[in-house]
Amino acid sequence: MFQWGVVGQYLFSGLFISAAWTTLWISVVAQTLGVIIGLFLALMRMSRFPLVSWPARFYVWVFRGSPLLVQIYILFEGIPTIFPSLTPYLTAYSVALIAFSLNEGAYMSEIIRAGITSVDPGQMEAAKSLGMRYALAMRRIILPQASRVIIPPLGNEFNNMLKTTSLASVIGLYELTYTAQVNGSQGFIIFELLIVATVYYLALTTLWGYVQNWIENRMDPNRETKAELTERKNWTQRMIGFGSRTSGSLLSGTRERR
Amino acid sequence: MCAQQTNGREMLRAEQIVKHFGSLTVLDGINLTVKRGQVVVIIGPSGSGKTTLLRCINHLEKIDSGRIYIEGEMLGYREVNGRLVEDREATIARIRSQIGFVFQRFNLFPHMTALENIIEAPVHVLHQPKAEVKERAMALLEKVGLEDRADSYPHKLSGGQQQRVAIARALAMNPKLMLFDEATSALDPELVGEVLKVMDQLAKEGMTMIVVTHEMGFAREVADEVIFMDKAVIVEEGPPEQVFDHPQHERTREFLGKIL
Repeated sequence: MFQWGVVGQYLFSGLFISAAWTTLWISVVAQTLGVIIGLFLALMRMSRFPLVSWPARFYVWVFRGSPLLVQIYILFEGIPTIFPSLTPYLTAYSVALIAFSLNEGAYMSEIIRAGITSVDPGQMEAAKSLGMRYALAMRRIILPQASRVIIPPLGNEFNNMLKTTSLASVIGLYELTYTAQVNGSQGFIIFELLIVATVYYLALTTLWGYVQNWIENRMDPNRETKAELTERKNWTQRMIGFGSRTSGSLLSGTRERR
Repeated sequence: MCAQQTNGREMLRAEQIVKHFGSLTVLDGINLTVKRGQVVVIIGPSGSGKTTLLRCINHLEKIDSGRIYIEGEMLGYREVNGRLVEDREATIARIRSQIGFVFQRFNLFPHMTALENIIEAPVHVLHQPKAEVKERAMALLEKVGLEDRADSYPHKLSGGQQQRVAIARALAMNPKLMLFDEATSALDPELVGEVLKVMDQLAKEGMTMIVVTHEMGFAREVADEVIFMDKAVIVEEGPPEQVFDHPQHERTREFLGKIL
């Protein structure tokens, strides 16, 4: 028998709040590192020197072409058998962070490369003609424009990341999924606790949806005034993708629901 | 070496420039000298190599052989044991920062306002104090007649306005030499005049300019020297009266006959 009471009991328990926190910070750190790795891979990949571009290609080929789960096992079980001295460093936390970051780097590099390629080559020429060097031109001129193309898929990547962290349950990291598994199997309430975990995943991805929307709106080059920024879709449209268009601020949108 | 000698009045000297795109020769031994304060206008049919020549002068294109000197300093390459080696990025960037380039498609930075476009390079390349650069940028915007559009983003400006901001952006670096690559070709006809006016004014102030254009009226009016290029070579050069009114070569006559 499914016990709703158990769901309610565990929903706001310290156990799950701390598990959700683990899921969140692992995701944020891994995604951030993934973006940094991806940026360097993308720049390497676009180099005209094969010695620079080929390692980047190889990296992406390996990490996109093999399952993340296998990468986690290799880091957690495989590497320590060859390098026993590394064992103390390869905890569940560090393996999860390393595996997620390295894997995400491969995906981000392709996204970032697409973003950079989308910028008109005339922009780099204009920057160079003003005496800018490659790195400065990238930082000041190209990447800010590329980020408009990069941010939406980056948002999807982070949404994925929030859920992918559940793979770390196989190496005993107390994120949401493992917490539900361990505690659920003890009291035969596995289904209930998986529902609790699901509620947290949904809460996290939904919150992220809002954040992503806010970022994308801020980055829109066609946005002209703050008044126009606040005039946008109501929450059903933004979250689920339907609903009637209302004008007014984000706040008044929420007020209307009451 | 005699090539190293500099004449104090010489801004640019190009010697035997050769450039290929694959099997196609786009520049076939171009020689060009521009004196300080001179306005040189390059005309010719499309595909004649004039834009490529201009881009080579800014090292936006690499040359296959030849030498380019800006005030006696070799551009883009240095000589190592008699062979030409591409220069360090920092050196190329430093020389480029002294040469203004105005593009056919403006190439303003779309994520920055007109003012931010202008102050970007002086602040981040030359490391000049922001307040001072801003003041100069406002003066430049006034010069090109756009002081009221300082806070506008490029997509809110007409083509002619964008090009004038692009000219102001190049001028903010206090360049020794300005290169104009068909600066009015992408503009609606009614907007051409406002850009030519700015270029004319600049020429009158003594700026050294190399202008690639199809505006023959401007060439005749403003140029000290007109160069006619066709099929990767300079066919004819001289003062505008000579090139336009008494062209010596059949190809020049043919081209002018078509265009005038």
